[in-house]
Formats: sequence, structure tokens, C-alpha cells
Amino acid sequence: MRTAVIGAGVVGALLARELCRYEGEVLLFERELDVGWGVTKANSAIVHAGFHERPGTASARFCVEGNALFPEVCGELAVPFQRIGAYVLALADGERAALEGLRARGEELGVPGLELVAGDEVRRRLPDVNPAVVAALWAPSVGITEPWALALAAVENACANGASLHVGEEVTGICLRAGRVRGVRTDRAAYDVDAVVNAAGLDADRVAALAGVPVPGLVPRRGEYLLLVDVPPSLRSAVLFPVPTPHSKGVLVVPTVDGGLLLGPTAADLAPEERDATETTTDGLAQALAGARRLVPGLPLGKVVKAFAGLRPEPRDGEFWLGETNVRGFYQAAGMRSPGLTAAPAIARWLAGGIAADLGLAPRASFRPLRPAPPRVAELPPEEWDALIARDPCYGRIVCRCNRVTEGEVVAAIRRGARTVDGVKFRTRAGFGRCQGGTCTDRILALLAREANAAPDEISLRGPGSALVVGRVR
Amino acid sequence: MRTHRVDVLVVGGGAAGMAAAAAAARVGARTVLVEEGARLGGVLDQCIHPGFGLHRYREELTGPEFAARLVAELDGVEAWTGQSLLAVDPNRPRARTVGSEGLVEIEAGAVVWAAGARERPLGALRVPGTRPAGLFVAGLAQRLVNIHGLLPGRRALVLGSGDIGLIMARRLHLEGVEVVGVVEIRPHPGGLLRNVVQCLDDFGIPLLLSHTVVEVHGRGRLTGVTLAEVDGAGAPQPGTERFVPVDTLIVSVGLVPEVEGVPFAPRDPATGGLAASTRLQTAVPWLFAAGNCLAPFDLVDTVATFGARAGTLAARHARGELSPAPRPVPVRMGRNVAALVPSSLVPGEEAILYLRAREPLDRARVTVGPDGPTRTARGVRPAEMIEVRLTAEETAAMACLQEVAVEVTALR
Repeated sequence: MRTAVIGAGVVGALLARELCRYEGEVLLFERELDVGWGVTKANSAIVHAGFHERPGTASARFCVEGNALFPEVCGELAVPFQRIGAYVLALADGERAALEGLRARGEELGVPGLELVAGDEVRRRLPDVNPAVVAALWAPSVGITEPWALALAAVENACANGASLHVGEEVTGICLRAGRVRGVRTDRAAYDVDAVVNAAGLDADRVAALAGVPVPGLVPRRGEYLLLVDVPPSLRSAVLFPVPTPHSKGVLVVPTVDGGLLLGPTAADLAPEERDATETTTDGLAQALAGARRLVPGLPLGKVVKAFAGLRPEPRDGEFWLGETNVRGFYQAAGMRSPGLTAAPAIARWLAGGIAADLGLAPRASFRPLRPAPPRVAELPPEEWDALIARDPCYGRIVCRCNRVTEGEVVAAIRRGARTVDGVKFRTRAGFGRCQGGTCTDRILALLAREANAAPDEISLRGPGSALVVGRVR
Repeated sequence: MRTHRVDVLVVGGGAAGMAAAAAAARVGARTVLVEEGARLGGVLDQCIHPGFGLHRYREELTGPEFAARLVAELDGVEAWTGQSLLAVDPNRPRARTVGSEGLVEIEAGAVVWAAGARERPLGALRVPGTRPAGLFVAGLAQRLVNIHGLLPGRRALVLGSGDIGLIMARRLHLEGVEVVGVVEIRPHPGGLLRNVVQCLDDFGIPLLLSHTVVEVHGRGRLTGVTLAEVDGAGAPQPGTERFVPVDTLIVSVGLVPEVEGVPFAPRDPATGGLAASTRLQTAVPWLFAAGNCLAPFDLVDTVATFGARAGTLAARHARGELSPAPRPVPVRMGRNVAALVPSSLVPGEEAILYLRAREPLDRARVTVGPDGPTRTARGVRPAEMIEVRLTAEETAAMACLQEVAVEVTALR
């Protein structure tokens, strides 16, 4: 038995891994050159508690279940996860009632530890917040992670358990016979399969159409962000939310796992065809900034190093598209609006179990859940780092000063599948820091060329059409 | 982990660090210099154009030639290349470094911080649009061309008319890249006049003053940028936008002092660099600073001068020969001053202040403090720093002041 997963974002990656807990073969297709380059790489990276979700919905169920799974999954996969908690800030008396509503909803869903905090106490705990704060809802189960790292690690672990990853390969057709899935066609080859899972993110409606499965449609919703680095710890103690609006959680202030701060996202609905419109806009960046300053007026804007935008798929019916469809063997894990990242581990576990039951797959006794983490010298005690250098001196040569990444780590990332400068960046954090690659990009380009035995003009930022240099000087 | 004991540890093997290490060793201090790159020289290594050394060596040298002179002066200095600083102990002059032979703990009597500056990334400007390949800070483009022999693109625009931007406009032109222009948000060029003439005018490269990039286009590789005129406050003017097709944007929009390695040392709020006195000593008595980690300087010659002074004083501190400084008097940027180093002066000692004017002036008066000493200067330009030397008597008279403001005013 063979299952094809379409889309190697965080959802497809975790699903492929969960499917490896059962017998049968798993193929993971990704149109982009690397794992996690769609919705996964540009979002708020928050593991939500669940109190924003309406009880009775799949979003609510899988958000709460997913949140509870994060320590286990990130522990097994050696991915950063920090349960730093969050405050929803009421900045006017009129917003107090909303906090009560969120708490009641969260308690109904079983969200642990929710607590209403008075304004004075909020100001004491968070000296930088808007002094107008009148109260806050404290949600200790909210966490932060690195979604792309989670996708990469899940794919590595899936492949270590027998899955095969097909990057740069686009699924162009789904073969049905007698009303059930029999195969997939890609731009390279055709494969016989017994089941297909649509985890195609922003392209999930097109993939559904390939199988003839009707779906309500997706709206690309653009979220713009500003990234600050090296911010003081006092600004990084918790995620800060405003009181939500009916259609959005609002602009947030979110610590990143590596010492930065994200401001955003905005929420602008685009035309259905604008699926690569990840440009930032004057208005969007101004909104992100204004929204974040409403929560924390004195943000150190001199620490802004990057503006970026991500698209999230908003299903027109407002809910995840999950599970089996009217085509036998065609399953979905799509329409993954927020809190899709949080829900992903729980959806993956639930859906893999369902597929295994449908296909009659027995548990695989040899499944190994642990992924050996690549060395990250910045986190090693000195004696272990010294030992690593003694084995391979490349681990003593720092390539990225801002995030302390060595040549050894860059080479390891390349050997684990990075083919581009962004591929190295998302695996090692080299280029994510305060200089944004101004210091290390040439060295990483040289290492990529050396390891691939390629000319430097064959090395790209993120795949075809994005070469960094055009040739040699004359 | 090995341990190494020295009198003076110098962090950074560029002009400031090499001059500091040489000076410290010259007065007898056991000195170690750590440099992260494979070679000494810092940014000089990639600056293959001439124009260095006119003050220090009375001849015109290229960057690597200037660096080679400094390397030759490193008598008695242990210089470790490929050695990166990991952390400095905030409580005493002790640092941890790493290289391909492992970690080293260096215990010193004084530390000279000479880590230079990094370039401000395009993202810091919050320019809207896409983030394709083809966006390079100027120093990265310079390394690609001059160190790696690689061509970043075919048709380029340079954002920012600081010296690095001007130099790169010429460099790319000489390598056959079509350089469509240099864009400057201010109404006057950011770099030295000689660079405007020798890098742009001599090659017919246009300089667009009071313009900036307001949008970046292209998904894979850069396809172009939108330019707009700006008003006096730097705000883009609606209706002045135009698209310029280029595959390369060279970004030269300022330098940021690299001080993150010493988070415990106070910063100068105006420059973002380390706050140091005219002794080049920070509030942490064993920590000295020199070069672009104080504030971006105009001339490497000046950087070397400051470096030598920091090295000498650090060596004296390490040996207990530096008398405790009287309370330093803060020096503040007053009217028409855009940058000023150092941050405070030590009363009763000779002092050298370096400052940058905000607006150009034909003839100017520099005033130090209320009723304080004045100097006159000609041909003041924001790109060129003004040196103000104060005598020990002049600074002694300032001992009781809360602060001293420096102003540059027009002389008729």
C-alpha cells in the first residue's frame, strides 16, 4: 500500500511522519525546491492555546489537542518550542467583556491555566506594555516555535523511517478508477498509489480539483510582518495579543525562539489568483507597526532588520477541510487557516490513523520517532563543542557571526538537503540575524558551490530564476 | 579549553585593531589580536581602490596596501586569524574565542573592542515590495567582486551615496555592469567629494539627489525598483514615482557599530556605538574602544590614529599605570552636528573630538560648550569629519560642567 502526500509544509511533513508509524510506503511531493517554503515559512510561529476558537469546531478541537502534543513532537524532533505564554490585552474598559468571553470559551475547551489579570499587575509583569491596559487574559499554554524547522525535522524523520521526499516535483494529475484513487501524475513521472492526501496549502483547491472533489475555495490572506532582532528580554517575556475582531486575531507582538520579535500580521484578502503575492506594502507595514505600537508603544524600531509577508489560506467556509472526501482514497488536510500550525500535529496523528484503518495498515514495529538533531554549536557546552572541533575543525570556523553558525553546520545542512542560500538559512539560521546575510552570504554561496561541485552562478537564493550572481568578472 | 594570559586583548583585526595591538605591544604589553577573517585587514582587504593612507603614510595606498603596512607594524603581537570572539566576561577582562583549533579562554588586563561596523540591511528601511535575489549591501557586492571574482548582476542601481556606494558604482561600471545611477535621499551626497568626482562624474554615472527607492519588484531575481522624489523631510512625493528596470540593487544606507559582543558596555544613544571618553575608555574601566564600533569614520587614517591611542592607554591600564580619570564630562551633539566621537571628555587632558556636520557650510565655526573654545573650519561637508583638538587647559576649564554641547554654525 502506498500513500502520496501532496505538499511538504508543516502539515504534510507531520502527516508523512505519522503515516510512517504504519506499514506501507509514503511519498511526499513538494513543488518548491525545499520543505516548508509556502505558508509554513512566513507566519506568526505561535502555538495557540485555543481560546480564540469557537467550541464545537474542528479548529477548536485540534488546536487544543495540537497544543498539548507540541512538547512531545518538538522534543522527539529536536525542534525549538518554548511555552512562554500569552497575554490578551484589554486597552479600554469596553474590552474587558471580550476577555471574559475568551476565558469562558477557553475553559469550555479545556484550555489550562487561563487567568484574568488586573491592569496594575499587567503593568508590573510587563513594564513595556501600553500603560492604558485595564486588564489582560493570561494564557500560559501559548508557545512559540520555528514552523519551517518543524517541517524540515518531520520530513527528515519520515525519510529516516522510509518515506521518500520528492522536492521540485509538482503533482499535475490524480488518477481515479471506479471512483477511487489509483495513482498520481507529476511533471516528472507517474506513480501508482492507494491514497492521496491534499496538504497543498494555498494550492489545495487546485489539488482538490484534480481529484474532482468540490471545495468551497481559498482566499489568500496576506499578513505583513516586521522582524526585530536582539531585543531586550523584557520585551520577549510573552506573546501579546489585542482583543480579537470577529475575523482576525489582530496584530501581535511575538517573541521568536532565537531572540527576536515579530510584529504583525496584517490581514488583507487578495484575489484568488494572487497566490505568490508575498510583497509587502506601504499600508500593510504601517498597519503592522501601528498595531504593534498600540500594544507596546516604545518598541525599539532601530532593531527592525526585515519586512516580509506571508499568505495564509482562508477557506471560504471558514473551517479546515479534513479527512475523507467523496472520492475514496482522497483525503484532505487543507484550508489550514490559523491555528493551522498548532493543529497540525493533532490533525496529522488523527488523519494518519484514519488512513491506516481505511487501508488496513498495521503499525510499523520499526518506527523510530527520534530525529538526531544536527549539531548547533551555539547551544553546546564548551567541552562538547571542543570535542566536535577536534573531530572536525570546520565546527570552529564561524560563518554567521550574528547567530553563531559554523562552517561545519552549513556543510551539514547542505548534506541534509539544503540546495539554496535560503535552504541553508532556514536550516541553520545563518543570515537570519542582525546583518541579514550581509556578512555571510558570499561564504555560504561558496560553500554551496563547493559541496555541489557547481559554478557559483548555478547557486540561487531560493530556486530557479533566483541566481545570486551572473558569472565571473572579466 | 585552552587558557591564554596576556596584558591586552584586541578584538578585531582591521585598521583600528591592528593599530591598537601594535601600539600596545610597542609600549611593552603582551598583546593578542583576534580576527575572525582568514586574513588581517578587515574591510580594507576588499577595498582594492586607492585613497588610503594620505594622512598616516603621506602616500596614496590601496586598502590591502594600507593593511599590509599595519601588519608590518605588528611587532611582538600575537595575531590569531580565523578566531571568533564568543563572549566577554562583564565582570573582568576575560573573553572566550573559538577557531579551528578549539575554544580559548583569554585572560587579559585590558580589552580593546575594535569590531568595526556592519552595513544596515535594506529591511531596516522597511521599503515595501518583494525580496528577490539581486539585493546586496554594498560591502557584500564588493566582496563578491573583489574577493571572489563574481559578478552580482548586469544592470544595477545604487541606493545611498555614501563612500561605499560610490566606490561600488565605479567598481561595477569598470566590470561592465550598466550602472544606471546612484540614488540619495538627502539633497547632498553622503560620500566624500573626491569620490563623487572620481567614481561618478568621471564615468558619467548619474547621481539622483532627493530620491529614494519606494518599491522593490521581482519574484525570483530583481526586475526593477520604483524610485520617487522626496521632500525635505525625506517623505516620498506622490506622483513622482517611476519604474527603473534593474537586476541588481546595491544598498549602501549606513553603517551600524558592531557592539553586540559587549552587551554590558554603555552605548552612545546618538551613534549607537560604544560610549567612550577621550581616553577611548568605556564606563567599564578595562574596556577600551576604537574605530567604527564608536561611530562610522570617514578615513581609515583617523581610525588607525584612534586605534593606536586606545592600544597605548589599554596597555597602561593593564599595567596599572593609568591614573583613574576625573569625572568625564559628557559631550553632546548640538546644532548641525550629525555624529560625534567620543562621548565624553576627560577634564585636564588633551582631547580630540571628531564630528560630522549635518549640512554643508563654506565657512563654519565649531563651538565646544557654552562660552567654550571655538575653531573655524572651511568647506564643511557632512561626508568629511572635522577634527577638533582641545588643550589640557581648555578641557580643565570644563571640569564643572554637566555637559558640553558641540555646534557647527555658519561664518559669514
